[in-house]
Amino acid sequence: MPKIEIEKNVCKGCGLCVRICPKNVIVISKGLNDKSYHPAEYIGEGCIGCKSCALTCPDSAIEVYK
Amino acid sequence: MSEKVLMKGNEAVAESAIRAGCKLYFGYPITPQSEIPEYMSRKLPQIPGGAYIQAETEVSAINMVYGATSAGARAMTTSSSPGISLMMEGISYIACAEVPCVIVNVMRGGPGLGNISPEQADYFQVVKGGGHGNYRLVVLAPSSVQEMADLTYDAFDIADKYRMPVMLVAEGNLGQMMEPVKFKELKTEFTDKSEWALTGTRNHEPKIITSILLDPETMEKHIHKLYEKYALIEENEVRFEEYLTDDAEIIIIAYGLISRVARSVVDKLRDEGIRAGILRPISLWPFPNEAIKSKIEQAEFFFVCEMSMGQMVEDVRLAVNGAKPVHFFGRCGGVVPTPVEMFDNVKKYL
Amino acid sequence: MEKIFKKPKGLNDKTMHYCPGCGHGIVHKMIAQTLEELDLLERTIFISPVGCAVFAYWYFNTDHIQAAHGRAPAVATGLKRANPELIIVSYQGDGDLASAGTAEIVHAAARGENISVIFINNAVYGMTGGQMAPTTLVGQKTSTSPFGRDPNFAGHPLKVCEMLATTKAPRYIERTSLDSVANLNKTKKAIKKSFDLQARGEGFSLVEILSPCPTNWGMSPPEAMDWIAETLSKEYPLGVFRDERADTEVRNDS
Repeated sequence: MPKIEIEKNVCKGCGLCVRICPKNVIVISKGLNDKSYHPAEYIGEGCIGCKSCALTCPDSAIEVYK
Repeated sequence: MSEKVLMKGNEAVAESAIRAGCKLYFGYPITPQSEIPEYMSRKLPQIPGGAYIQAETEVSAINMVYGATSAGARAMTTSSSPGISLMMEGISYIACAEVPCVIVNVMRGGPGLGNISPEQADYFQVVKGGGHGNYRLVVLAPSSVQEMADLTYDAFDIADKYRMPVMLVAEGNLGQMMEPVKFKELKTEFTDKSEWALTGTRNHEPKIITSILLDPETMEKHIHKLYEKYALIEENEVRFEEYLTDDAEIIIIAYGLISRVARSVVDKLRDEGIRAGILRPISLWPFPNEAIKSKIEQAEFFFVCEMSMGQMVEDVRLAVNGAKPVHFFGRCGGVVPTPVEMFDNVKKYL
Repeated sequence: MEKIFKKPKGLNDKTMHYCPGCGHGIVHKMIAQTLEELDLLERTIFISPVGCAVFAYWYFNTDHIQAAHGRAPAVATGLKRANPELIIVSYQGDGDLASAGTAEIVHAAARGENISVIFINNAVYGMTGGQMAPTTLVGQKTSTSPFGRDPNFAGHPLKVCEMLATTKAPRYIERTSLDSVANLNKTKKAIKKSFDLQARGEGFSLVEILSPCPTNWGMSPPEAMDWIAETLSKEYPLGVFRDERADTEVRNDS
């Protein structure tokens, strides 16, 4: 199963990955990271490994596995 | 040294720069210095790795020099007063970023578009800074075509040694006049620039050339570092020439071409039994303060002659510091003082 | 399981200073990826402009020089002429390139300088607080066009790709955007093409990228991307404005 890993403390919670994900499997976390942003978070299933989120992420916080 | 050849001052600058290893020239036409870009456009394309680029503006020309010298090359630009004003932004950046470069200013009449006749009214601009911020330029002022060549050659070495801009200032008529000149040999050994020049990261960590230091403490520290360098230059790079000053009671201070008018005035004064001599600053910054101070005791008065409303005279007054009178005579707007009127003006104070 | 997308070698691990959702980070990543893919990292000099990207050197593992406002193409010219082996990435925003530096960019293009210009167009001055830029849309509200840009007083947006495409020397000019997966991929491809052309000595290329500035547009990052798709790219049509086989003759006789 493909998956993504989001580096929680690098993410600024901009939501561009949430906007672009074709499977709607990324959400903005209710919790805060070290920089006081609400980081993006993978819901844990449904990723197809399309890399769109990693491509749009301005902070290079996402790695994709397939 | 080469054979003696007859050449215009402007052409001597260009030839000497090439012999100093300058392979890249970036400039823009402006009278009375256009012989320099013309000469460079003939010669540089024939040199391996050489290029003459006619920039779109003087602003671009100085920034092209910034790029070229940041890559480790010897490069120069030249212009005349209004064009030098346009370059001041770039010169400030280069001074802060600590990159070497050579600029030649063949000065003309101002302010504004002024005219194309010779003047020395850019002194404040180039000696006191010109661009924004705390920085200095080494400023060299030749008085003959031979010196145009020699100081251009030396300017590249000074620029490389201290990693800063060096400016040569010559009056328009010095750029235009022809005199015999001998050139130094083609330079083949240069200062090692591998510590800072941008050559890619094949063998080293990323290098940065920048002039932005956002944190005030860091900026202050950097300015202090620049001024430590400037203190060193004030110690080592002062240049001046004296003529009959040993017993002189009247010390005439003049730089550039006008110092040659002063020389005939001194000869005439001596004919009348008046003990006059000349102290000619060659480096306008660093200024020969100590040399001037050393004349205070013997001097009845100092007499400063400039082709301006009086700019260098302020530095002379600072050096003399009220110990003896400092008189001034100047013509401006492109008018060159005659020996007769300079002589008459000195005699007013006798 | 294989890692199929990771942070490129060309970027270090510092967290970027850009606001959340800023396009600079997206383009920085693409530049770093491309330099790595083409094996050009070690030969690259990155020129940062005046603007938010003035500190781009905090992030790239390349040599770096910072240029005065608008002057990057002139600095690029000097670097490249001094050492043609270098790969020059001249990175500029729209205030920098399309206002203060119009002379520099037009003439670098007209001379056909063998450099790559990455032109970030977000229709405002970002670093100084969202003032009106030459690229600001008619009617667009900014901190210096509080009632919207009035073309009777402030003229119309300047179109850089269209303008530069009137000169003969450029090898490649394209406008792309960051608003969709397709456009992100096109942008990456355009950057790669630009760098590759430079490495092969083919001459001047410029990639204009419509990029979000959520902070100064007063939008959330997703809204900003939607605004690029729906509004900004209507004024600035995407596409290739120049893509010719260049040869030395073409570049030199311009």
